[in-house]
Amino acid sequence: MQGMPAQSPSRPPAERWMKVCPEGLYVEPGGFYVDPLRPVERAVVTHGHSDHARPGHAHVLATAGTLAIMRQRLGEGAGAATQTLDYGEAIRIGDVTVRLVPAGHVLGSAQVVLEHAGTRVVVSGDYKRRFDRTCAPFEPVPCDVFITEATFGLPVFRHPPDLGEIDKLLHSLSIFPERSHVVGAYALGKCQRVISLLRAAGYDRPIYLHGALEPICKLYEGFGVPLGELRPATVAAKEELKGALVLAPPGAVADRWARRLTDPVVAMASGWMRVRQRARQRGVELPLVISDHADWDELTQTLDEVAAPEVWVTHGREEALVHHATQRGIRARALAMVGFEEEEGA
Amino acid sequence: MRNFSSLIDGLVFMPARNGKIRLLADFFATTPDPDRGWALAALTESLVFHEAKPAAIRQLVATRVDPDLFALSYDYVGDLAETVALIWPERPERANSLPPSMTEVVETLRAAKRGQVMGLVEGWLDTLDSSGRFALLKLITGSLRVGVSARLAKTALAEWGKVDLGDLEECWHGLSPPYADLFAWLEGKSDRPAAGKGAGFRPLMLSHPLEEEDMAALDPAAYSVEWKWDGIRVQLAARGGERRIYSRTGDDVSGAFPDIADHMTFDAVLDGELLVARDEGQIAPFNDLQQRLNRKTVTAAMLKEFPAWVRLYDILFDGEEDLRGLPLTERRARLERWHDAVRPRRMDLSPLVPFEGWEALKGLREGSRENSIEGLMLKRKDSVYVAGRPKGPWFKWKRGALTLDTVLMYAQRGHGKRSSYYSDFTFGVWRGEELVPVGKAYFGFTDAELVELDRWVRNRTTRRYGPVREVEPGLVLEVAFDSVHPSNRHKSGLAMRFPRVHRIRWDKPAAEADRLETLQAMVVG
Repeated sequence: MQGMPAQSPSRPPAERWMKVCPEGLYVEPGGFYVDPLRPVERAVVTHGHSDHARPGHAHVLATAGTLAIMRQRLGEGAGAATQTLDYGEAIRIGDVTVRLVPAGHVLGSAQVVLEHAGTRVVVSGDYKRRFDRTCAPFEPVPCDVFITEATFGLPVFRHPPDLGEIDKLLHSLSIFPERSHVVGAYALGKCQRVISLLRAAGYDRPIYLHGALEPICKLYEGFGVPLGELRPATVAAKEELKGALVLAPPGAVADRWARRLTDPVVAMASGWMRVRQRARQRGVELPLVISDHADWDELTQTLDEVAAPEVWVTHGREEALVHHATQRGIRARALAMVGFEEEEGA
Repeated sequence: MRNFSSLIDGLVFMPARNGKIRLLADFFATTPDPDRGWALAALTESLVFHEAKPAAIRQLVATRVDPDLFALSYDYVGDLAETVALIWPERPERANSLPPSMTEVVETLRAAKRGQVMGLVEGWLDTLDSSGRFALLKLITGSLRVGVSARLAKTALAEWGKVDLGDLEECWHGLSPPYADLFAWLEGKSDRPAAGKGAGFRPLMLSHPLEEEDMAALDPAAYSVEWKWDGIRVQLAARGGERRIYSRTGDDVSGAFPDIADHMTFDAVLDGELLVARDEGQIAPFNDLQQRLNRKTVTAAMLKEFPAWVRLYDILFDGEEDLRGLPLTERRARLERWHDAVRPRRMDLSPLVPFEGWEALKGLREGSRENSIEGLMLKRKDSVYVAGRPKGPWFKWKRGALTLDTVLMYAQRGHGKRSSYYSDFTFGVWRGEELVPVGKAYFGFTDAELVELDRWVRNRTTRRYGPVREVEPGLVLEVAFDSVHPSNRHKSGLAMRFPRVHRIRWDKPAAEADRLETLQAMVVG
C-alpha cells in the first residue's frame, strides 16, 4: 500500500480524461485503452479471460502471465507488439504513469493503477480477495477513483469457505463411489484453482481433464503452480473414469462430450451456484460455490480499503453496489459497459 | 441441523429417484436419534408449526437488512426462504456459538408460546450457516418441496433397513415422531412395531398387461371381468375415526378430496377408482379429473364444477376384519353386501362384465371407446389380495391405441441420464398452412433411435430458446395415444392421453402428416 498522491486544487476530475467509448475504457492522456472490446492501437490488458483479452491490438501491455495466456489462446492475435510489465513496476505512457498490481483473479491478473495530474485511478479488472495458491493475492491501492466490477454485487452472494465446498465434492464421491464426478470449471483459473484446492484437501488420485483444459494447466505448471497427476479424459478411459474426478468446461458437462462418462454426478464450480434455482436450471446435481470474483462482502470491504471518494462500476449487478456506496457517502455511478460476459463459470 | 441441511441441499439438486433414496439412506445411517426421527417427520409432513408465516419472516429480515438491497436480492432469487437464508448477515461474534440440533429446534418450537417463535428463529438464524438457515426456514414454513413424498421416504427406510416396504407400511400408522421404535427395528435391535390400528396405507395389488398370445392358455371360466376405468387408483381407509385417501403409491391425498373424505363415515378399507362424475355416476373425461389432481387443497368452485366420485372394486377390511386372504369372489360378495348396508354417498360399485369366451371379449374391448373406459380388467376369481404385482392373478387389457401422423416441432433436453440428449418432443399437425402443437412425448423410442433423433434435432435446429430447440418441419412422428379430449390449455384446443412415439417415419414427407380435423374427429363424448 502506498500513500495518496498529493492533492492539487486544480486537478481535472477523472471523467475528463477517462472515457467510456465503444472500443472500451479510454485513457486519453496516455492514448490507450484498458481491456478494449475492439482492436485498438494501444491496449493495457488486466487478465487473460477472453472478454478482457481480445485479439488484434497493435500494441499490448500486460503481465508476463497474462501475455503467456494470450499467446497460447490467441496465437498471432495476442498483439503485433507485446510488452511485459511486472507487478509493482511503473512505466510512463504519454502523460500517465501506469503500474500493474495483483488482482487475485487468475494467474497474471492485474489491477491497472493510473496516475495523471495528481489524480490516481485504479481499474480493478476482475478480482477476488480470498487466498488462492494459483495466483498472487489482491493488493488494495488507495485511490481517488476506484473502477470496480460487480459480478456478484448483491448481498445474497457470499461465497462460503472453499475447502467446505471441496469437502462436499469429496463426500459425494464417498456416497457414489462408482459414479464419475464431472466438475464444470472455467478453463482459465477456475480449473486450476479447483485442482489446487483438491490437492490441498489431500486428494492425491489422478484428476482427469477435458481436452480444452489441458493447455492452460500446463501453462500454470510452467509458472510454478503444482497440480499433481493429470490425465486426459478420453473415450478410451471409460472404465478408468468410473468413480474418478473429471474436470470439463461448463458447457461440456451436460452435452455430448459427457456421454463418455458412466452415470456422472454433474457438479459446477461457480459463484452462481449459490442460488439454488440457478443451479437447478443448469441441471447441476452438486453445486460448488467456488468463485474467482469478489463476493458482496469482499466488494464492500474493498471499497472501504481503497477509500476512494468516487467509485465507478463497470459490469455486473451494479445497482445494489451503487446504492450501497451512495449510502456511505461515496459518489458512485454505473458505467453500464457492455461486452463483459456473465460467463457461467464465474 | 447440519446433517439435515446437507440432506435438504442434496435432495434439492438430485433429479433421480434412486439417488434420492441413497441420500436419504446415508442420512438415516449417519444421523442419531431423535434427530433423524424429526427429520423423517418433516419429510413426511407430519410436523406443522403455525407461527412462522412468510410475512413474519419478511418483517424479521427487515430489521437486519437494508430494504432496497433486500428487494433487489429477492427480485433476483425469487424464493423468500432462499433469499433470507442467503442474505442474513452473519455475526462473527456468534460464529462460535453452537447451532441448534434438529431436536432442539423441534422441541423448542413445540413448547413455544405465541409471540416467542420469531425471537427463537432470529437466534437460530444467527448461529446457522446459509444451508442451515434455508433448511430451518423451509422446516418452519411447512413445505420442504424437495421432491420427496412420504412414500419415497419410506422406500428409502425399507431399503436401508433391509425390510419389506409392505411390512413397513403395515406398521407405519401406529408410529409417531420421532420414531425411535421404527429405527430400532430397522437397525435390527428389536421386532417390528405392532401394526397400526388406524387408517394406514395397505400396499395395493397391481396387474400385468395382457399379451394377446397369452390368452389361449387362460381359462375364461376362472376369470371375472370389469371395465378398466380411466381415473386414478385410490385406497379409501376409514379406521377408528380416521379417514384417509391414498394414491396408488401410498401418498395421502385426502386434503384434495374432501367431497369423498367427508362421506367416509364407515369403518372399512376399500380399493377403487377416483373419477369426476356429475349427476350421480355420469363419469366426466379424464381431463376434468386432471383439474383436481396435484393439489393440496381445493376451492369450493372446483368442488362444484369437478365433483369427485369413487367406483369401488375391492374391499380389504370390513371393520376389524382383514379380508385380504379371501378369494376375489368372496371379497366381491362382501363388497356388495357392505355397499348395500352402508350406502356411501358419491361411491358406486364397478359392475362385473358378463362375457362368453375370449373372442367375444375382444369385441367388447374394441367397442369400449366411450368416456372414462380404458379397456378391461381380468381378475382370477380365486385370487387373494396380495401386495405388489404378482404375475397371473390380475391382468389389464387396454383397448388399442389411436394413432396420428404428426410433425416434430420442438425438442427439449431430457433430465438425468438424458441430459445430453434432446429427448422431449413437441409435435403438431397441420391447420391450413401452419403447424399447431398437439402434444408432447418423451418415450416410445429405443436408445438407438434416441441417438438418431438427437442428431436430427441438432442438425435441423432453426431457433433456440434456452433448453428448447425449434426444428424445421421435416420429420414425421407417428404418435400413439389412448384418447383425445377438448382442452383450453392447448393452442390446438385438444389434449391427448398418454401420447408416445409409436414409429419414426423417416420416409414420410412432413406435408403428408395428418391435419387437425382428423384429430378433432377422434374426440369422444
